[in-house]
Amino acid sequence: MIEIRHLTRVYDGVPVVNDVSLTIGTGELAVLVGTSGSGKTTLLRMINRLVQPTSGQVLVEGVDTATLPAHLLRRRIGYAIQGHGLFPHRTVAQNIATVPRLLGWPRARIDARVDELLALFQLDPATFRNRMPHQLSGGQAQRVGVARALAAKPDLLLMDEPFGALDPLIRAKAQADLRAIQQKLGTTLILVTHDMQEAVDLGDRIAVMDGGRLLQYDHPARILTQPAAPFVRDLIGATDRPLRLLSLKTVGDLAQPGDAEGPAIPPEATLHDALAECLWTGRTALPVQGGGIVTLDALRAEARPR
Amino acid sequence: MPRLWPPAVLFAMIGLAGLALPLVQFKANRIVPGEGVGLAALPHGPWVMLGLGAALVLACPDRWPAVARLASAVAGLIAATLMLGMAASHLPPAGNSLARVAPASGFWLLVLAFGLMVADAVNRLRPSLALRWVMLAGAVALAAGILASGLLDGVSVMREYATRRDLFGREAQAHLALAFGSLGLALLAGIPLGIAIFQVRRWRGPVLGVLNILQTIPSLALFGMMIPVLGWVAATVPGATQAGVSGIGTFPALVALFLYSLLPVVSNTLAGLSGVPAPTREAAVGLGMTRAQVMAQVLLPLALPVLLAAVRIVLVQNIGLAVIAGLIGGGGFGTFVFQGLGQTAMDLVLLGALPTIALALVAGIALDLLVQGTRRGAA
Amino acid sequence: MIRRILPALAGLALLAFLISPGSFAPLFQPFTRNNAPAIYTQTSLLSLTLSHLAIVALAVAASTVAGLVLAILVTRGAGREFLPLARTVTAVGQTFPPVAVLALAVPVLGFGTGPTLVALFLYGLLPVFENALAGLSNQPAPVAEAARAMGLTPRQRLWQIDLPLALPLLLAGMRLTAVISLGTATIGSTVAARTLGEVIIAGLLSSNTAFVLQGGLVVGILAVLIHHAFQAAEVRARRRMGLD
Repeated sequence: MIEIRHLTRVYDGVPVVNDVSLTIGTGELAVLVGTSGSGKTTLLRMINRLVQPTSGQVLVEGVDTATLPAHLLRRRIGYAIQGHGLFPHRTVAQNIATVPRLLGWPRARIDARVDELLALFQLDPATFRNRMPHQLSGGQAQRVGVARALAAKPDLLLMDEPFGALDPLIRAKAQADLRAIQQKLGTTLILVTHDMQEAVDLGDRIAVMDGGRLLQYDHPARILTQPAAPFVRDLIGATDRPLRLLSLKTVGDLAQPGDAEGPAIPPEATLHDALAECLWTGRTALPVQGGGIVTLDALRAEARPR
Repeated sequence: MPRLWPPAVLFAMIGLAGLALPLVQFKANRIVPGEGVGLAALPHGPWVMLGLGAALVLACPDRWPAVARLASAVAGLIAATLMLGMAASHLPPAGNSLARVAPASGFWLLVLAFGLMVADAVNRLRPSLALRWVMLAGAVALAAGILASGLLDGVSVMREYATRRDLFGREAQAHLALAFGSLGLALLAGIPLGIAIFQVRRWRGPVLGVLNILQTIPSLALFGMMIPVLGWVAATVPGATQAGVSGIGTFPALVALFLYSLLPVVSNTLAGLSGVPAPTREAAVGLGMTRAQVMAQVLLPLALPVLLAAVRIVLVQNIGLAVIAGLIGGGGFGTFVFQGLGQTAMDLVLLGALPTIALALVAGIALDLLVQGTRRGAA
Repeated sequence: MIRRILPALAGLALLAFLISPGSFAPLFQPFTRNNAPAIYTQTSLLSLTLSHLAIVALAVAASTVAGLVLAILVTRGAGREFLPLARTVTAVGQTFPPVAVLALAVPVLGFGTGPTLVALFLYGLLPVFENALAGLSNQPAPVAEAARAMGLTPRQRLWQIDLPLALPLLLAGMRLTAVISLGTATIGSTVAARTLGEVIIAGLLSSNTAFVLQGGLVVGILAVLIHHAFQAAEVRARRRMGLD
């Protein structure tokens, strides 16, 4: 569990992060979202003390991080950034092995871990182990960057706009992969983004920041339906609100008994996908793979705040 | 305890060491080694020592204003120089024209300490471009004024100068002719060559490769080889001698310096032209300019700062390399340097080396300012 | 291909000449007059070459170590306050002509190899320092950030990240230093250092073109070979990081 208590950072008399408190449960994925200059990146960087807090505390599993030497703290916290920051003079395997080597893992264990991670990120170990960073595509480099951050099995993974440099198609795939891997490993994850859609798609909880203050910290559905401030509502965007709400649930959640015409939709598709399918094919109900149907009326009801 | 400015502490340590070491060497004649004489042994010496020490120590706290640093550093340089002149007129017994007084380690360390202090103060002041020109002109005028005043006439280097005043003038002329002449020739040949390889891409590799090798050949070797090569040309090619080609005198040195200058001029011309953004060039073509008009009205003006940077590199390099002409009978300040080394007369070496260094320094700073001026105009 | 074969051939020719200069006498004979000797024999060319190279190697090694240490000092901690001054001193120092520095070292150190070594060291310091400084201070921001965030200590960052990344620029600085030193060492023989300049100066004094030519050729080929070797190492280092 990560507890952030009254964290403040002041630059030249101006507070960039202003008295922020929030708690992230073990295994949760929290997203910090806000415009540039909102203080979200500074807040993230105070968690692994890349930025020294002016006041306040960060507790990881109940231990105040200020009591640990910064470099030892950072070896326990994974960190992945936009533009990946891979070391250009080291191979993919050496890059991933950075923190395990710092921690003095035995050679065999490091090698096994590198191969395990490469396989987890769908990069063939035999092909990629000895590549240099400049020989990777953008998407591959980003995956190696995240693999490097996860190498020493950190309790906590911090990510600063990790998908910022990727084009839209690769980006959607990378987001889905990250979510799957995070659930599989059970790692606590804090991710910074300026993209509300990304926050809604990925986050168990979303923290909306503006001008250094935390405006709202809640589950995505509540952020969408009960924005705590005008700024939060603007960030969501009035036209996208119902669609974003639909993208939070899957067809499986809404399936009801019945029969419908036409091709079936998989149960793990979102309600957003189901609505699009209904509108495009002119149907009022879709069959769900494995039985049941989802109706346009039910979708309509789900798209409204309750 | 006030916060200290670490560089100033370093200068103070160098300067205080300079105060402790002998300011001058007193020698019975120009060849024999002499004995050191400290600042304290001179008239008013202890007071000057106290003043210089105070200037060095006062500058240590961080909050000491930059203008005060600059003023005290310039005052320190003047004081050290005047004390050198005073030692030279005071130490030799009356009527002894053989005795020499030369600057010693203490003097050089004081010059180093106060010189660094000037540089540091100018860095902190961030003066405007115009003000920096004024500062450079002021420094040159001050140095010329002190030399002309006769206050230093007793110092060994100036004694060497006094006995060969005419020769010094001629060698200075020869040195400048070598440095600037080779620069002029290199610009005449190098800019068209740079434009040519900018237009024809496949010539770039071979041309730059050859010039790179030329630049790599050690100066003495290139100077030496010019003598036989040009001698052979003068003897065999009809009309070459009438055109001024010769294997002896200044000509081989001029050609060697010219060859060294080609690489910076050609490669910077190419870099300057290649550095012009493609949209700018395409816009010029799109407006209906001919190839020649694009080159003359758009590309070359925009490449000017990079070209001037080449002029700076070449001029500073050639002022230094021209010294080697003295070794092959090509004249210039090198004549004094190598004569002095041959006679183990260090005062004579200084007579050649000091003007060369001063010349290179002033040329380097002046051209830096010029480059900055054009950069600002272009941006 | 030509880029590899030419230096190799030049190197072989040089080696053959140094081992048995006598067999090359017919080549140099046309450049002599009045039956003067075609090959310099006062001192063995091989030993002069070795001594020349030793002086240069020593000076370059010393400049590299000192230049690198200075660059490391002024890019971290309290040393940063010296950075603007160090840049100015480097720029001004490089306008000092190498020959003048050599001549000025004589009054302090006397004649011989000493002043040459010191002049080469001092002059060679500047390019190494300047390039090491550029290499250490122009690192890509995400890389520096990642190194810090992964928990590398300042010392580990220096050895594992900063220095390896600065290597190509450092090699470029060493190349400049080596080539300048090779040339300046030639002039060192005017202050009685044992270098190949001895052959050239003997030729100039006795108007024996053959001496000038062989001295110049040996130094020239050495310079081109050293330049070439450093450049090859630089290209390798840059390629490894995907810079070219």
